[in-house]
Amino acid sequence: MTRPTATELTGTATLTRLVLRRDRVRILVWTVAVPLLVILTAASVKGLYPTQADLDEAAATSADNAAAIAFNGPVQALDTLGGQVAFQTGSLGLVVVALMSMFMVGRQTRAEEEAGRTELIRSMAVGRHAPTAAALLVVAGMNVVVGALVTLGLVVLDLPVVGSVVFGVSFCALGIVFAAITTVAAQITENTRVVHGGTGAVLGLAFVLRAVGDIGDGTVSWFSPIGWVQKNRPFAGERWWPLLVAAACTIALIAVADALADRRDIGAGLVAPRPGPRSAAPGLGRPLGLAFRLQRGSLIGWSTGVFLTGVAYGWVADDVEEFIGDNEAIRDVIAQYGEVSLTDSYLARSLLTMALIATGYAIQSAVRLRGEEAGLRAEPLLATPVSRHQWAASHLAVALAGSVIVLAAGGLGTGLAYGIVGHDLGQVPRLLGAALVYTPALWLLVGLATVLFGLVPRGVVAAWAALAFCLVIGVLGEVLDVPAWVGDLSPFQHTPLLPADDLAIAPLALLAVIAVALTAIGMLGFRRRDLGGAAAP
Amino acid sequence: MSVTPAPQRRTVPGHQSRGAAIRIAGLVKTFGLTRALDGLDLTVATGEVHGFLGPNGAGKTTAIRVLLGLLRADAGEVELLGGDPWHDAVALHRRLAYVPGDVSLWPKLSGGEIIDVFGRLRGDLDPARRDELLERFELDPTKKARTYSKGNRQKVALVAALASSAELLILDEPTSGLDPLMETVFQDCIREAKAEGRTVLLSSHILAEVETLCDRVNIIRAGRTVESGTLAELRHLTRTSVDVQTVRPPAGLETLPGVHAVRADDHRARFDVDTDHLDGAVRHLTAFGIRALTSQPPTLEELFLRHYGDELAGERRMTDGHLNGARANGGEDR
Repeated sequence: MTRPTATELTGTATLTRLVLRRDRVRILVWTVAVPLLVILTAASVKGLYPTQADLDEAAATSADNAAAIAFNGPVQALDTLGGQVAFQTGSLGLVVVALMSMFMVGRQTRAEEEAGRTELIRSMAVGRHAPTAAALLVVAGMNVVVGALVTLGLVVLDLPVVGSVVFGVSFCALGIVFAAITTVAAQITENTRVVHGGTGAVLGLAFVLRAVGDIGDGTVSWFSPIGWVQKNRPFAGERWWPLLVAAACTIALIAVADALADRRDIGAGLVAPRPGPRSAAPGLGRPLGLAFRLQRGSLIGWSTGVFLTGVAYGWVADDVEEFIGDNEAIRDVIAQYGEVSLTDSYLARSLLTMALIATGYAIQSAVRLRGEEAGLRAEPLLATPVSRHQWAASHLAVALAGSVIVLAAGGLGTGLAYGIVGHDLGQVPRLLGAALVYTPALWLLVGLATVLFGLVPRGVVAAWAALAFCLVIGVLGEVLDVPAWVGDLSPFQHTPLLPADDLAIAPLALLAVIAVALTAIGMLGFRRRDLGGAAAP
Repeated sequence: MSVTPAPQRRTVPGHQSRGAAIRIAGLVKTFGLTRALDGLDLTVATGEVHGFLGPNGAGKTTAIRVLLGLLRADAGEVELLGGDPWHDAVALHRRLAYVPGDVSLWPKLSGGEIIDVFGRLRGDLDPARRDELLERFELDPTKKARTYSKGNRQKVALVAALASSAELLILDEPTSGLDPLMETVFQDCIREAKAEGRTVLLSSHILAEVETLCDRVNIIRAGRTVESGTLAELRHLTRTSVDVQTVRPPAGLETLPGVHAVRADDHRARFDVDTDHLDGAVRHLTAFGIRALTSQPPTLEELFLRHYGDELAGERRMTDGHLNGARANGGEDR
């Protein structure tokens, strides 16, 4: 391994300014939105538990609730306001800050290289590692700002200062660890999508490992970066030394990335591309075959990821019932739900989480249309006797059918794991069906992406904002106490939470009708507009 | 007679819309406040190779995208192979093949796969012809598109287009990334296509290529046609450059009709003369005793320079048949 020398970093300052200029809007949105999400939730939690008695009750219901622990984090001083804030906002907030780092680093490193711009930059008096260093500097800076704003917001909300600082630092530390992980991934593969897929898989694994650890004795959590920062115990007898683990890991990862970068050529990954076939397979001669071929890798990746998430959730599901023990508070909660078992409500929440992840696939697959258009790859295709309808329909078909496949993978994984552990394989069809209930909701978001593509192609990125909205409503909806009509905008609010709820066909049918209508409007809009791409100003 | 300079439209008569593969009249296309096409006229007769010339940003690619039904015309008439490019896109696309100026391919697919995809979508892939072209263009079809250079990406698009039996080829700067050897192969292929009776619309910056291949040319500037006709017809309207050495100092050249840009010293004069008035100028010069005389016939470059020279002069000079800069900033007209 060579140590980066001064000349290898020449130009970092200029490139840092370039990154800041290029992505100033994106940077602003992320660094404001993430702390805002945490602070709003914290404010909500504060309103939810005005007295110590409320906090004690909340602590009692959560302490032995495996489902809550699996999704939120370890039980740490839940009878204090700070502890509740960390518990309620920690899991989603930390995942989002990791995603922020992943998207920003991937975009500024491998995507730039893939587009050929890094080559131009590197032809100037710029050090070999300067582009990566500039990206890391900016993203590290973003994480510092996020951490500082989180701290500031919590202090303003009258939470203990030391705990607020540690909580903010946790966000910052996790974000930087994931920036480093993304940097390593960006050296290994030449495709930005694969960089994001790989880093996303690590994030998913980190989340599941800490869930397993937190339900157990906490040992397994030490294998997860999310676990490390939660071991800082904000508001619960803070300790600083777990940060050293995160710091050491970051330094090691950057050293690895540095070594890998020295062993590869610009534009290339670590694995040389193999030659492809001389001729195309028969299926490739049709738009649908081509669309499927182009999206195949992504579909396999998402399905595998969601399947494994399902396996992890399903595996733990059997323990949920045991957790209840003699806890009276939980009994009360169960009583509220009627006859629904705690396991089923846990499974329902697991499936909802997987459906939200699967929505990521649905949107990525649908906005592929815009990617192909902007990348100028649609132009020669549409100059053949393929109509706009056929072309758009080919990618949408993959998005719609793929959504079903990814959902099924989640249901199958959960059902298989839960069924095997509980010796009841009848769970497989039951949970598979429960997962597929989310199909209309995913299709609705595909429809939304299609409308954007057809009417405001430059705005397709808003489809991701819609997912973020559904995620916040789905995960924090109850805590945030948003107005009902706002929450109702999320299609997931209208999807029965199987297996905890009863199946209701009417709302699903309505979602499906809206999805079809949106898709149709998008297709009609696309037929009437100019083909854009890099072309039109 | 001296020809007034551009912008002025001169459509050479005799090439009417009858039997035209492409007929564009008064085409307007705006993007927001930008008027990319501002009353463009273009007629391409069936069976001819038609050169489409213009500086960067003149609107060539925009015009081609309208022809392909990818952009909708704001005003004007556009007829492609007797149909409407927007409404009859699919039916018309069965009869044409297109090579974009900026070839972007799916990085994961191999060149061979991509050629097959285009061939099958068009429905007229001739495997034997495909293999022959792969050989002639020396393209390895097993490589992933990610690893191709610009020239090789262009070859993929060219092989896909030329292997088809399309009656119209629309080529947007198809050779800007090819080496001179491949340029020759390309020119052979276009001659063969012409011999087969196909029509070719060739947008290009390589003037030598246009001069060699094209029956007629259309020069556009700022979205408007400024010249069109056969090369002979256009030459007729241009000036010959003359460099003469005389025994006695030449005088009175400035007063002759059709003579421009005279730079005379003791025994040498250089000037441009309208081709119509060449005879008179040479007669005048004989009186001073001609020692040596070189005359440069008007080239396409000069035609080009006449229309854009005022803008280009000082910034760009033409060298060996290319507009400097035309190659350097590959993505033009965008």
